[in-house]
Amino acid sequence: MPSIRLIEHENHIPEMNAPYVLITPTYADGEGRGAVPKKVIHFLNIPINRSNLLGVIGMGNRNFGATFALAARIIAQKCNVPVLDRIELAGTQEDISRVRAGLIKLRDNPCSTTAC
Amino acid sequence: MKDTAHIQIPRAINWNRLEDEKDLEVWNRLTVNFWLPEKVPLSNDIQSWAMLKDSEKELTIRVFTGLTLLDTIQNTVGAPALMPDATTPHEEAVLTNIAFMEAVHARSYSSIFSTLCSTKEIDEAFRWSEENPHLQAKAKAILDTYAPGNDPLKRKIASVFLESFLFYSGFYLPMYWSSRAKLTNTADLIRLIIRDEAVHGYYIGYKFQRALEKLPAAKQQEYKDYAFSLLFELYDIENQYTEELYDGIGLTEDVKVFLHYNANKALQNLGFEALFPPEVSNVNPAILAALSPDSENHDFFSGSGSSYVIGKAVATEDEDWNF
Repeated sequence: MPSIRLIEHENHIPEMNAPYVLITPTYADGEGRGAVPKKVIHFLNIPINRSNLLGVIGMGNRNFGATFALAARIIAQKCNVPVLDRIELAGTQEDISRVRAGLIKLRDNPCSTTAC
Repeated sequence: MKDTAHIQIPRAINWNRLEDEKDLEVWNRLTVNFWLPEKVPLSNDIQSWAMLKDSEKELTIRVFTGLTLLDTIQNTVGAPALMPDATTPHEEAVLTNIAFMEAVHARSYSSIFSTLCSTKEIDEAFRWSEENPHLQAKAKAILDTYAPGNDPLKRKIASVFLESFLFYSGFYLPMYWSSRAKLTNTADLIRLIIRDEAVHGYYIGYKFQRALEKLPAAKQQEYKDYAFSLLFELYDIENQYTEELYDGIGLTEDVKVFLHYNANKALQNLGFEALFPPEVSNVNPAILAALSPDSENHDFFSGSGSSYVIGKAVATEDEDWNF
């Protein structure tokens, strides 16, 4: 499945010209401040990157309590897209196959989660 | 004149010259997350405590003395033992923060005790912790690895297992009570400890991985083998400890699933693959919800969760958003 890693784009922000799913970590402190990484905010400030966003997957750790995968929930709310899944740490084999299956389903029917 | 030739004077720490950005990131996270037990209104749990059966009270106090021992070890031996192995002065500074927070954790169990229990109950539970063979065995397994002159990377492995695995047979119980709306303030305090231990386990695991990747493949395999064999040893002790504590209340099997799930996460902190398959590590959803309350979400891909409306306002203020 094609993918782009934001951190590999040091000096420019990629523009997504086709529907895609965003996977993001959460960097929140105990109060939830700074949850969405700066790089992701800059990326989402570009209108086309918001209009082609189908949904967001949050990476995190339940041990961080209420802020678990908070960045995904903030982005979902701000961009009016669903949180598709939340994964702890780097994910288990089970997580990976579930996300893969979900992404394939979404690719074949991009309107399955949104009102498009 | 005194002979000072053999005394090595450390270089003054310069936080404006970092060798590893992670040190500052973790320092900032830990200091922002600083807390004291006085912040949590534990006395609101007095009524709830009174509703527990005597056997449930005894179990809870014992579990907390077990956790106190682990925090004491990490405070006085574990984190200080990692300091001579630090590769940057900033890492040493972070470890002093970790050591102190472990003292806060150990201290906070005593706050719970003094709020909820009688002196007699407390003294009995501490005696129990000193005599319990499984608790003593896990303390010994970790302390052996921490001993002076031992391998720095093995020490980090043991430390990650303590932070990310050994606590969880204990943490299960307050999460269980909380899922049944019991001792909810105590659970809030435990969640603060869990949050700290997550950063500690992540950071020590991160330093382990940075050191490991510099080694030849054969040496890397040696450390991986060591990690898995130590985990098996600790897992064996944890199973017996869990049975002794939780058989009476009928929760042993549920706790064991929680142990598998946390063992997998501890291995991930070290950069290794999961050991326990999903069939035995899918934690009771009520316990997961107690770990991360107010984070409920409907996950489309799994079809789990209750709703995708966020119940609580979230902090989205950030000058960088422009829409």
